[in-house]
Amino acid sequence: MTEFTLPPKPKKTPWQKMRPYIIGIILLAIYIWTFTSIEIRWSRVFSQHTIESLTRVIPQLFSPDWSAFGKVMGLMWETLLMAYTGTLMAAILAIPFGFFAARNMVRNKFLNTASKWALNAIRAFPELVLALMFVAAVGPRPFAGVIAIAIGSIGMLGKLYSEVIESIDMNVVEALEANGANKLQVLVYGIIPQIIPEFLSYAIYRFEIDVRASTILGIIGAGGIGTLITIATTNRNWSEVGLILLVIIVVVTLIDIISAQIRKRLV
Amino acid sequence: MSKTNQPTLQGISSNKTKLRISAIFIIIVGFYLFTSIKTESSLLDLWNGKNGFINIAQSLFPPHWSYASTVMPQLIETLHMAIIATTVAALISIPISLLSAANLFPNPFIHQPVRFIMNVLRTIPDILLALIFVGIFGVGVFPGIMALIIFSLGLLAKLLYETIESIDMNPIEAIRASGGNTLQVITYAVMPQVLPQFVSFGLYVFEVNVRASLVLGFVGAGGIGLLLNQQVSWANYPNVMTIIIIIFISVVIIDYISNKIRERLI
Amino acid sequence: MIEFKDVSLVYPNGTQGLKNINLQINPGEFVVVVGLSGAGKSTLIRSINRLVKPTGGDLLIDNENILNYGSRELRKLRTKVGMIFQNYNLVKRSSVMKNVISGRLGHTGTLRSMFNLYPKEDLALAYRSLERVNIADKLYQRSDQLSGGQQQRVAIARVLTQQPNIILADEPVASLDPPTSHQVMTYLRKVNKEDNITTIVNLHFIDMAMEYADRIIGMRAGEVVYDGPVSDVNEATFEEIYGRKIRDEDRVGGSEDE
Repeated sequence: MTEFTLPPKPKKTPWQKMRPYIIGIILLAIYIWTFTSIEIRWSRVFSQHTIESLTRVIPQLFSPDWSAFGKVMGLMWETLLMAYTGTLMAAILAIPFGFFAARNMVRNKFLNTASKWALNAIRAFPELVLALMFVAAVGPRPFAGVIAIAIGSIGMLGKLYSEVIESIDMNVVEALEANGANKLQVLVYGIIPQIIPEFLSYAIYRFEIDVRASTILGIIGAGGIGTLITIATTNRNWSEVGLILLVIIVVVTLIDIISAQIRKRLV
Repeated sequence: MSKTNQPTLQGISSNKTKLRISAIFIIIVGFYLFTSIKTESSLLDLWNGKNGFINIAQSLFPPHWSYASTVMPQLIETLHMAIIATTVAALISIPISLLSAANLFPNPFIHQPVRFIMNVLRTIPDILLALIFVGIFGVGVFPGIMALIIFSLGLLAKLLYETIESIDMNPIEAIRASGGNTLQVITYAVMPQVLPQFVSFGLYVFEVNVRASLVLGFVGAGGIGLLLNQQVSWANYPNVMTIIIIIFISVVIIDYISNKIRERLI
Repeated sequence: MIEFKDVSLVYPNGTQGLKNINLQINPGEFVVVVGLSGAGKSTLIRSINRLVKPTGGDLLIDNENILNYGSRELRKLRTKVGMIFQNYNLVKRSSVMKNVISGRLGHTGTLRSMFNLYPKEDLALAYRSLERVNIADKLYQRSDQLSGGQQQRVAIARVLTQQPNIILADEPVASLDPPTSHQVMTYLRKVNKEDNITTIVNLHFIDMAMEYADRIIGMRAGEVVYDGPVSDVNEATFEEIYGRKIRDEDRVGGSEDE
């Protein structure tokens, strides 16, 4: 058989030729930097201590301490109340943000950009960081957690709301304006009917997220079941942690299922 | 509909709809009043507590800039934790998401249990995982990384298997028909179709992990959270503000870069 | 040689796909299977490479009953049976070359194939296959940049790279316009004559069947209702197979002699 060579590959620009190498080098540099500077104390990770903890902690996690059930459920209930309060506050307070950020509602570039930036800024922080600040401001109580949840949710809901508003059918609005409707009438008859189902759906979706977020706020003293987590782990009461874990998994899953059902019917 | 010549109109919507909407409205508002009193978070509490917020806000300024040199190494450690966790989770999520895809493994005894485990993992808050791992492995970045890996694994596996289930099955049939085995089907027909999304989801999960790793230090699992918690409890607010600004800038930059890359991928 | 001996197929939902099929297809024949959609044409040819598994009877290829094959023997069988699909079934994001070389997968170890380590002969074979369907210039293009007819030619090249004894084509021109359809059928016919590859094609256009086939098999409701050389076939035969009058939509048109 004669010597065979495939035809040459099509000519590439220098940038196209170099691109995979540049990406490769950047990635390699990031990984080398990461793995050389991260300080993992392997001697502690693979120590006698770890083996002892593993054999103690894991079995206890899987044998929940049911005697604490009443206490755990009480605090889980408080967690749900916190999430509800925070989400509802945010669901309402996010509406003006949504309108200000929507280009088709407020025709003022400065206001649009300012609201979008404010919403983005909020979303840069995890709820737990917000909660930490609010605990410092108003003391360790559920109130701090609720405000953290509310503010965090405004960041996301405001953005989603503005996207919903920007996607509405403006012909309806135009038709109403042509009929001589005033601004408020246009809002009530032309805009609100178009946005209500999606607003509600997003608010309920955010409630799911807030339930998850609320479960851990107590770790820094902002109320809810997290309070119990801190106590139980400090006391190394792992079977109680096991029960808390189980309750969180079941409740969060149930809320997700119910909320998905409601949202499916809404939109 | 009334059958008389003169229909009895009930306004724009039927009485039934009106009743239902009013009932739902009353329940939502009523429950809110109940929960806001129960959690001591009513608008009245907000008004009464306003001084607390104002005082904190005032004491945050001016930020203590020279503290930034202490914060930066911790920030970098936080990023490293997120990088390692995302990489490991991405590698593990490949086989797991393939096993969870009903179009590749139609046998429900394979994909259902895998999905169930991933669903459970996603419901456990990462900081709670971190607390447990700190209990096992002691204080440090390792438990933090472990917590991030497990949480992001659940998230990534779900995003990925949904992508795999939506791929074009025709090439798979072609590769099977030409005698390819399962691994060859995956490398030749599945991977090329899902790779861009896979990278995109990896970047998204990295964004999530960066945010999550910021707070792991609250429970001793490494990163910048340790400093934040410490400075807040010492009421050293100018330092706190420095940390907040640094967190803000780095999160915004990372999100921006990640979004730009993801836009170009798909 | 392919022999169907009383082959039946019932799908899990109870639909009868094939009913007591008895056929003998000789090496090098160009057989066109005609019938309305749902007549069982697709099931018939997919039985030959076991993409579907008949539930009764014997299906012999070179005197071996393929219905008893385990997964290893099945893969070996499939390397010898190439298949062309209505929707081309290329990996759209991959290059033409990568799609064509995937015809060698059955002959290549898993590890080698994962790292694209193909022997030179395989690459040469893939390139020559592309040349045979006149599309070698698109070698490094992404498949989704090609037109439908070009994609189907790439699919033919992929099958040629397999070096099969049998080619199965399931409605290969159903998604193409008339001139492109004729082009694709001409390539299939050319390959069949040059390499003496047994070729079985499903079609529902009667004029195409008449033009390219050596032999026509007519199917209705899972049964073979006609089997004979193309010279014996006329419009009445098709009306019998279809169980209704021939309509305009049963012809593709656009043939050179029109």
